[in-house]
Amino acid sequence: MSIQLIRQAFSGDRPPPKMWRSHELKEQYDVVIIGGGAHGLACAYYLAKEHGITNVAVLEKSYIGAGGSGRNTAIIRSNYLTPEGVRFYDESVKLYEQLSAELNFNVMFSQRGHLTLAHTDGGVNTMRRRAEVNQIEGVNSRLIFPDEIKSLCPYLDVSDHPRYPILAALYHPPGGIIRHDAVVWGYAHQADVRGIHIHQNTAVTGIEVQDGKATGVETTRGCIKTGTVLNATAGWASTITTMVGLQLPLITIPLQACVTEPLKPFLDVVVVSGSLHVYISQTDRGELVMGASVDPFSSYSMAGSLTFLEGIAGHVLELFPSLSHVRILRQWAGICEMPPDYSPIMGFTPVDGFLIDVGWGTYGFKASPIAGKTLAELIATGKTPTLIAPFRLSRFEENNLVGEKGAAAVGH
Amino acid sequence: MLLLTCPNCGDRNVSEFHFGGELSSRPKDPSALSDAEWANYLYMHNNVMDAQTEWWHHNAGCGLWFLADRHTQTNEVIKTYPYTKRDA
Ligand SMILES: Cc1cc2nc3c(=O)[nH]c(=O)nc-3n(C[C@H](O)[C@H](O)[C@H](O)COP(=O)(O)OP(=O)(O)OC[C@H]3O[C@@H](n4cnc5c(N)ncnc54)[C@H](O)[C@@H]3O)c2cc1C
Ligand SMILES: [Zn+2]
Repeated sequence: MSIQLIRQAFSGDRPPPKMWRSHELKEQYDVVIIGGGAHGLACAYYLAKEHGITNVAVLEKSYIGAGGSGRNTAIIRSNYLTPEGVRFYDESVKLYEQLSAELNFNVMFSQRGHLTLAHTDGGVNTMRRRAEVNQIEGVNSRLIFPDEIKSLCPYLDVSDHPRYPILAALYHPPGGIIRHDAVVWGYAHQADVRGIHIHQNTAVTGIEVQDGKATGVETTRGCIKTGTVLNATAGWASTITTMVGLQLPLITIPLQACVTEPLKPFLDVVVVSGSLHVYISQTDRGELVMGASVDPFSSYSMAGSLTFLEGIAGHVLELFPSLSHVRILRQWAGICEMPPDYSPIMGFTPVDGFLIDVGWGTYGFKASPIAGKTLAELIATGKTPTLIAPFRLSRFEENNLVGEKGAAAVGH
Repeated sequence: MLLLTCPNCGDRNVSEFHFGGELSSRPKDPSALSDAEWANYLYMHNNVMDAQTEWWHHNAGCGLWFLADRHTQTNEVIKTYPYTKRDA
């Protein structure tokens, strides 16, 4: 054994303490957050940091980041279609830009630019409209044409040979990718440091409601009294909401993704094609991360399928013929709760003290910071912040949907 | 789930079918509904993580709309059967 090793063993130096601790379940918490994804943890962090509310539990049935937060393809952008959506996601991009410093943890946000390709006249029109709405809201986003697309992305086939030639693209320079696990761990650590309890392996099995008001939560580790419950369980949101006797306008559908062996860096923008149902980016390790639109039927299963792999391989080769020899390393699936208008559902419900942060579909990771921050404000003040008022649950019966399908169906 | 049994055609690749969502009961008198009741019918779902009765369409086959009982966590199909008024 080397002297060095022996000396280290007897020195006082120890590895850094755990990033978050485990605790006994307390009998009472002021706020109980169900779901230890980036949303639940961000909300916990902002409750403590901005509002001094620290008697908070985050309950996670598995490990933190086990849901969509650990399975997404990490695309961050704000080039949406509606003014409400653009404003909301843009605030999130701004929070992400400061997040490494805020959490003292490198989340590796890489604003490398985001291209949404249009292959049809209809597609070009949607991109034009998005560019206009984006610019009015002060978001850097514009329509570009094949010459410029080629200079940003030389390996892309912009010729008129493919079945669906590329006519134009929406170019969004601040868009990019991030290290999603680091976002989860960073929020968890900073919430833990401020005294918030993160309970992993703790599944919620029931919610107590008395006289139309939430009063407690039942878990696999015992009961908790609380006056405020936040449902931040994304794909599982309906299973929690049924516990208080409510329905949600959500259908849970799997979304798959895959990653290739590492290649030399050649792709430094995110490329999305709505018509071809595919998107692709290259990580800092050189792997290509690829995804598509959701599976053809609803399910809570997180199994991958060969149909998906075949489909995506064909579509990627339409865009990048030179990738034909590249091998797929792994594929996986996560579950996404799809609302009819592709916009989130946030805030109060008919059950007093039971709040929701759901409807994140295939696009919710990018909203984690702003969703956490605005919901923390809602919990602390009892008022809905203006930024998220359009996303209230009652919009469905008021017939005030926020239609984002044109900006969120494939490009997550 | 790779195969689905069409009541007319038997076992077929699931890619021949189109998924039509969970079975819900149609309002008896649509014009008598309030906005909230109508929105409820249009948008709200049980979305269970359990056995679910749901619509399927054999769109690349005989064209039949039929029902299936499927477990949404395992995707196990318990049975498929033609729709009758009784199921509404
Ligand atoms: C393949 C894929 C690619 C995606 N790509 C993108 C992308 O590029 N950009 C983007 O912005 N979004 C993307 N998304 C969507 C994004 O992942 C989600 O919208 C987001 O992660 C939701 O975060 P969350 O914290 O709300 O939920 P989650 O991270 O899903 O966390 C919910 C948690 O609740 C827990 N839970 C469930 N039931 C219970 C219970 N009974 N008791 C206690 N805990 C429970 C789960 O275990 C889970 O950990 C993608 C999703 C997938 C699947
Ligand atoms: Zn048939």
